[in-house]
Amino acid sequence: MTLAIEVHELTRRFGAFTAVDRITFDVREGEVFGFLGANGAGKTTAIKMLIGLLAPTSGRASVAGFDVLTQAEDVRRRIGYMSQRFSLYEDLTVRENITLYGGIYGLTDVQIRDRGTALVERLQLGHASDDRVAALPLGWKQKLAFSVALLHEPAVVFLDEPTGGVDPITRRQFWEMIYAAAARGTTVFVTTHYLDEAEYCDRVCIMVDGRIGAMGTPDALKRESGLATLDELFVRLARPSAAAPAPAPAIGPG
Amino acid sequence: MSTAASPLVVEGVSKRFGATVALDDVSLEVRPAELFGLVGPDGGGKTTLFRILTTLLVPDSGSATVLGFDVVRDLWAIRARVGYMPGRFSLYPDLSVEENLRFFASVFGTTLEEGYAIIAPVYRQIEPFRDRRADALSGGMKQKLALCCALVHRPDILFLDEPTTGVDAVSRREFWDLLGALKGSGLSIVVSTPYMDEANRCDRVALMQQGRVLAIDEPANIGARFPNPLFSVRARDRYRLLQALRGYPHAASAFPFGDELHYSDARSGLAPAGIADDLRSHLRAQGFADAEVTPIRAGIEDTFIALTGAPPEVAA
Amino acid sequence: MATRSSALSAFMVKELRHILRDRQTLAILLLLPLAQVVLFGFALRSDVNDIRIAFVDPTPDYATAALRARFAGNGRFRVVGTAPTTAMIEPLFRRGAADVAVAFDPGFAERLAEGTPARLLLISDASDPNTGSRMQAYANAVVSSYQAELGATGRAVQIVPQTRMRYNPTLESVNLFVPGLIALVLTLVAALMTAISLSREKERGTLEILLVSPLHPWQIIVGKVLPYLLLAFANVVTALLAAWVVFRVPFRGSLTLLLGASVLYSMVGLALGVLIAARTTSQRAAMLGAMAGTMLPNTLLSGMIFPISSLPGWLQPVTALIPARWFIVISRGIMLKGVGLAYLWQELLVLAVMLAVLLVAAIRSFKPRMA
Repeated sequence: MTLAIEVHELTRRFGAFTAVDRITFDVREGEVFGFLGANGAGKTTAIKMLIGLLAPTSGRASVAGFDVLTQAEDVRRRIGYMSQRFSLYEDLTVRENITLYGGIYGLTDVQIRDRGTALVERLQLGHASDDRVAALPLGWKQKLAFSVALLHEPAVVFLDEPTGGVDPITRRQFWEMIYAAAARGTTVFVTTHYLDEAEYCDRVCIMVDGRIGAMGTPDALKRESGLATLDELFVRLARPSAAAPAPAPAIGPG
Repeated sequence: MSTAASPLVVEGVSKRFGATVALDDVSLEVRPAELFGLVGPDGGGKTTLFRILTTLLVPDSGSATVLGFDVVRDLWAIRARVGYMPGRFSLYPDLSVEENLRFFASVFGTTLEEGYAIIAPVYRQIEPFRDRRADALSGGMKQKLALCCALVHRPDILFLDEPTTGVDAVSRREFWDLLGALKGSGLSIVVSTPYMDEANRCDRVALMQQGRVLAIDEPANIGARFPNPLFSVRARDRYRLLQALRGYPHAASAFPFGDELHYSDARSGLAPAGIADDLRSHLRAQGFADAEVTPIRAGIEDTFIALTGAPPEVAA
Repeated sequence: MATRSSALSAFMVKELRHILRDRQTLAILLLLPLAQVVLFGFALRSDVNDIRIAFVDPTPDYATAALRARFAGNGRFRVVGTAPTTAMIEPLFRRGAADVAVAFDPGFAERLAEGTPARLLLISDASDPNTGSRMQAYANAVVSSYQAELGATGRAVQIVPQTRMRYNPTLESVNLFVPGLIALVLTLVAALMTAISLSREKERGTLEILLVSPLHPWQIIVGKVLPYLLLAFANVVTALLAAWVVFRVPFRGSLTLLLGASVLYSMVGLALGVLIAARTTSQRAAMLGAMAGTMLPNTLLSGMIFPISSLPGWLQPVTALIPARWFIVISRGIMLKGVGLAYLWQELLVLAVMLAVLLVAAIRSFKPRMA
C-alpha cells in the first residue's frame, strides 16, 4: 500500500502565532480523507502547505511521493485543486475552461479533445458546452469544476468545501463522483462544513487549535467517544463549552 | 405601527432579471415574533426576495408589506424599522468592532448605548475585541458583529441573508442559539440558509428552489409531505449498497444521508414493517450480511429532495 | 499530429478572452489611447496662431499705419484694438483679450525719416513662456521685414524693438505649470478618489446596508464626499506653499479668492466623481472612467500644458466643457496677473453653473434602490 500523502511534524508559524502545530498523519492511495476543523483551527493553513502555496516553518510533507518544499513543481503537476470560492473562470465557456486547464497541465490537444468530450458527455452538459460558466447553476459549476480538476488524471485531488450552498441532490451526486474517482485510484482530500458529508469519508481528521484533535474512521471515532454522530464529536472537540446543552440565555437588560 | 398584524406579507411576488426568473409567484406570511426560515440552495431566489422586502428592488408583479407598509410605496418607513444583514458580512474591514457598531447606530439615528440592551447577548461575546479591526476577526466573530450592527437600532423585524454561510459548524450552532434568544424579545426574524439542518431551529420554514416556494410549514410537519414510506438502511459497503438499492425494483429513491442511506419505496398501502423485512432479506441475499432496514420519519432534507425531484436544470 | 499545448499559450488565450469580454473596460482602453494620439497630435503644435494684437499709437502716421497693416495682413495676427495710450491696453491684457501689444513711440515716422532710431515696444503676455517667446519672435519678424523693405530704398532706417514679457518676465515655466498643477491635483483628489471610494462601497456590499436605512442618497453622497473636499483644500494650501517657498512662483492676487475658486472647482470634481461611480459597475471601470473623463481632458484640453490657441479651431469650443480650463484661467489670473473678481466673475460663474448641473445629475443617478 503506497502513501499518497505523508505528513510528519508539519508546523507553520506566523510570527508568535502557531497556526499548525506539529501535525503528523498519512493518507493512503485511493482513500477519501476528510479534513475538518473550526474556522481558525489551522485547516486552511495545512492545506495550503500541502498544495505548495505556503512553505512550512518546520517538519515535512510529501504528496504523490514528492516533497512539498523542495519538489513543489513535481507536486503541482500531480495534484488537482478545487475550492468553493473559485473553481472555473465565469466568463469563459465550459469548453474554454476545459481547454485552458488542459493546456495549463500540459495535456496534448488530442488528450484535451478526447477527455473533454468524455467529461461533457458524462455530466450531460452537451447542450451547454458553449455556454459561459456564469450561466450554470451552482451545483453544475461545482460538478464541472471537480471534473476539470481531474482532467489531467492527478494522483491526489484537494477539494476545499466543494459543496457549500449546493442543493441536496447535487451534493449527493457530487459525492458519488468522489467515490467514483476514489475507486479509480485517485486520492481525495476534502474539507467540508457539512458534518453528514464527513460520514462519507474513509477516514476523518479533526483539527483543533493547530493540532489534530481526532483521527480515524467515522465508525471508530464514534465508538471511542461514545457519541452517535460526528457532528456531536466535532462540537465537543471544537468548543468544549458549547458541547453541553445550555439553556437559552434570557433576554432583557441586566 | 402595531405588530399584532403580520409583520411580513408577501403575495404573488415575481421578479426576473433579463431571461432569468429569480422569483416565481412567491407568497408567504410571517407571524409576529416568529423565527421564519427561507431554506434552499444558492440560486433559489432568497437574496432577491430579501432585497425586495428591504425595498432595494421592486417586484415585477405581486405585492409585499413589511410591518404593514408597502415595499414599493412606503420605502422610507420600512427602512427606518428593519434590520438587515446582507450576505458575506458587509462590514468595514478597516474600522474596529466598536467603530463599525457606532457607525451603523448613527446611520439610524441612535447610539450604541441606546441599543446596548438588545444586542448585549451577542455583543458580550465580541466585546473583549472591540478595538480590533473587523478584517482581523474570525468568521464567527464577523458574523456576530454583523448581527449586532443589524440589531443596534432596535428594529421591529430582522432580515438575515445566509448569516451562517462560510462559518464552521460550532459557530453556526451558537448563532442559532442567539437567534432563539432574540426571538423571545418580540422581534420577528426572517433568516435564509442553505443548510437543511438549520431549518429545524425555525418556528416555520419555507422551502425554496429556483424562485419557487415548495412548501411552508413547521419543521416537524414538513416531513408529513413526504410522499412515500421511508427507511434508513445501513450496511458496511455503502457504495455498493447504494447501487443495490437503486436497482431494487420497488425503489422510488435512494440517497446517502451521513452514515446511513435513505430509501423510499414506490409502493403504497403496504405496512412499513413488511417493506423493511422484504428489503432486508433481499439485501442479505445480495451479500450484505450486516444489512439493517428501519422505517423512519422523513426530515426536511428528505422532503426537499422529494419535492424538487431533480437538481436545478441547466438552461438549454 | 498530437501537439503539446503549452501551458503558457493556454494562459495567454484565457487572458485575451477575459479582456475581450469585459466590454466596458475594453471600450475605454481602445478609445483612450486613440483619443490621446489624436489630441496630442493636434495639441503638440509648436506654432502659435491667432495672436491677438493691440496697438498703442500716440501719433498715428504713415509708418505706424503701414506697420499696423502689415500685422493685420499677416494670418497669424488678429487686431483687437488700437488706442493712444498704454493705459487703455492694460485691461485687455488683464482680461486675457490680447496676447501682444505694439506700442509706438511718438513721432515714429519722423524718426525714420531722420534716420534716428524709431522705437517701438513689443509687449507679450508671457503667462505661458513658450508661446510668449514665440509671439515675440513672430512680431519681431513682421517688424524686421518692414524694416528691410524700407531699407531697400536705400535709406538707413532703424527700428528698435524693445521686448517686454508681461506677467512672467523671466519666462519661468514653473509659473506656467503651477496653476495648472493645482488643477490637476484637485481633479485627482476630488474626481478620482471619490469615484473609487463610492464604487468600492458598492463592491464591498456595505452600500446595501446604507441604502436600507433612513439615510437619503444625498446624505450618503455628502457624507462620502465632504472629507475629500477637506483633503482637496489641504492639497491646495500645501501646493501653493511649495510653489511659493521652493520655486518662488509669484502670487500677485487675492489668496482668499484663489482658495474659494479651488473649493468651487473641487466640488465640480466631486460631483463628476459621484456621477462616474453611479454609472459604472466595478471599481476598475470607475477608476478608468475617472481617468478618461477627468484627468485626460484636463491635461490635454484645459490649457494647462498646451495653449488652447494652438488647438485646431474645431476643438477649441470643446474645451469650454472642461471645468479645468476655466479654473486655470482663474488661477493664472490670480497668481500671475493679480486680477480679482471683477475680471474673473465670468469664469467663476461658468464653474458654478457646471457644479449645479453636475450635482443635480449626480444626486438623481444615485437612486435609493439598487434597480
